[in-house]
Amino acid sequence: MHVECTATPLEVPHEMMEVRAAFVPRLLAMNGPVLAAAMLLLAVALIALTQGAADIPIQTTVLLLLDRLPFVTIEQDVPAIWESIVFDIRLPRIIAAALVGSALSYSGTAYQGIFRNPLADPFLLGVASGAGFGATIAIVSPLPNAAYGFGWVPVFAFIGATVTVTLVYLVSRSAPGSQGATLILAGVALSAVLSAGISFMLLTGGDSSQPILSFIFGGFNTASWARLAAALPYIAVGGLVISLHARILNVFQLDREQAAQLGVDVTKSTLVVLAAASLMAAAAVAVAGIIGFVGLIVPHAARMLVGSDHRRLLPVAAFGGAAFLIVADLASRTLLAPQEIPVGVLTAMLGGPFFLYLLRTRRVDGGR
Amino acid sequence: MTAPFSVAPLLAVSGIEVRIGGRVLVSNVALTVDRGEVVGLVGPNGAGKSTLLRAISGVQPADGSVVIEGRPAADFDRREFARTVAVVQQIPEAPPTMRVGDLVLLGRHPHLGWFEHESVRDHQIARLAMTCAGCLEFSDREFGTLSGGERRRVFIARGLAQEPVLMLLDEPTANLDAGAQTEVCELLRELATDGVGVLVVLHDLSLAAAYCDRVVLLADGQVLDSGPPSEVITAEQVARMYGSGVAVIHHPDHGRPIIVPATRD
Repeated sequence: MHVECTATPLEVPHEMMEVRAAFVPRLLAMNGPVLAAAMLLLAVALIALTQGAADIPIQTTVLLLLDRLPFVTIEQDVPAIWESIVFDIRLPRIIAAALVGSALSYSGTAYQGIFRNPLADPFLLGVASGAGFGATIAIVSPLPNAAYGFGWVPVFAFIGATVTVTLVYLVSRSAPGSQGATLILAGVALSAVLSAGISFMLLTGGDSSQPILSFIFGGFNTASWARLAAALPYIAVGGLVISLHARILNVFQLDREQAAQLGVDVTKSTLVVLAAASLMAAAAVAVAGIIGFVGLIVPHAARMLVGSDHRRLLPVAAFGGAAFLIVADLASRTLLAPQEIPVGVLTAMLGGPFFLYLLRTRRVDGGR
Repeated sequence: MTAPFSVAPLLAVSGIEVRIGGRVLVSNVALTVDRGEVVGLVGPNGAGKSTLLRAISGVQPADGSVVIEGRPAADFDRREFARTVAVVQQIPEAPPTMRVGDLVLLGRHPHLGWFEHESVRDHQIARLAMTCAGCLEFSDREFGTLSGGERRRVFIARGLAQEPVLMLLDEPTANLDAGAQTEVCELLRELATDGVGVLVVLHDLSLAAAYCDRVVLLADGQVLDSGPPSEVITAEQVARMYGSGVAVIHHPDHGRPIIVPATRD
């Protein structure tokens, strides 16, 4: 073989031009799908905002929204109750669905990157049940929940989520054989135990059984601005930390030894990203209960669309997850209206078969 | 006065000892690699060659000292170390759907800060690395579609993209056909010509003899001998290492040793 090794970049101006010419389209290709996903989210949110028992026209809704912008005043002759329906009922619910959907997708993408396992989703890892378990303890405990809104619920949910993901990770590391399969099996087993614990507290909880039930099924009928404000900091911090690790998640696609040889502090990055992902998943559970499979379906679809560069994958998964859960919630409150289907039931009906499809087509043991 | 270009060797290790679960895998190893030099690490199965390489690259905890360009390796931070030393493992993993160009670009990771994206220059360096390693023509293919020899080149390109002064390679010729083996070895020689120091574990003594400036012979975790191939790979040494089933002959053109089966007829 004749290796033509050009030692200095200066010797290849032609090559340089070529790379530079390819650079701008590359940047567009990077950001185009992110913009498209954001547009999709906006469109879906606007449509969802006009759907419901009260028949409010879309232009009225848009004008009501614009009226709320600073320095914009639009007078409309509409019933006062419409404004209340849009801003106090529909909008918080839609924003809650968007936040929870993006948090679950983001944490799912992060878990999948760290564990190098396409099936690592907050629900299948048992993290959601762990968060639900922690939240349930907070609800049945004599802690002053009323005084702090639902102040202690996300804290306990985070503790439950972190303990669960640590246990699952340790079990999968110490087990012989395929780590990838063990990870999911350990998660599912632990999830069963925790769900049993939640059921037990539900039966013995007396007055608290109603909020516990809403955790088990998962849904947004309890969404409120206060609740969103309490959960937002957790989601924002977790999301920021994971975003900062996007390129490190790219390196993690290689094995751990290669990641270390490329200058990544493997142990520290693993712990930090797992904690951030668990924080997001816990906040999502605190807002809306256990909603399974979102963190599995959405990242998978996003990966098929934009590939596995996490700097593109993460934002697309976030916008896509938000849009997905808005649509799922819309379906849950309109399909059998006025009866509401818990949104967790809907996502499980979609996610279960999808999981089986992934099992059939993908290798589970650590690789892709 | 010390010479300005002195003088510490590129890599100097001494007293390396690796113990795993009470077993001593590598004991009291010392070796050096200079710029522009290809040093072969040879020896029978289980001699501790790969363990030694992993100890030098820092992923295997070990006693002893590793000094790079006169500075102890422990003084480097991780990213700085990755900008100085590139490692090509024996069987590295990568997702089958990853594009070759993106995989090579990961070699730029230690050069980029938290908020930085790959620049034009980073893309250009990755392309140069692929040109050097002879894998530019399949930079758009997915990793899973490549043959063993092509994969090896991709990982060598990723190592080159780190712009290292020292490359450590663990059996880069394993599972390759004869043509691909010599291609990889020619490539290592080219790197040395560009001033990179290369420390390479080779299973095949004949390849090591043909392409290395020096070889280090390792057995039972210890250095038995080191020096130019023709002085180390001798009939006596080979008989001691590998038994009487193999013999050493000499290449008709350049006289370097070649290992062949000792025929019985």
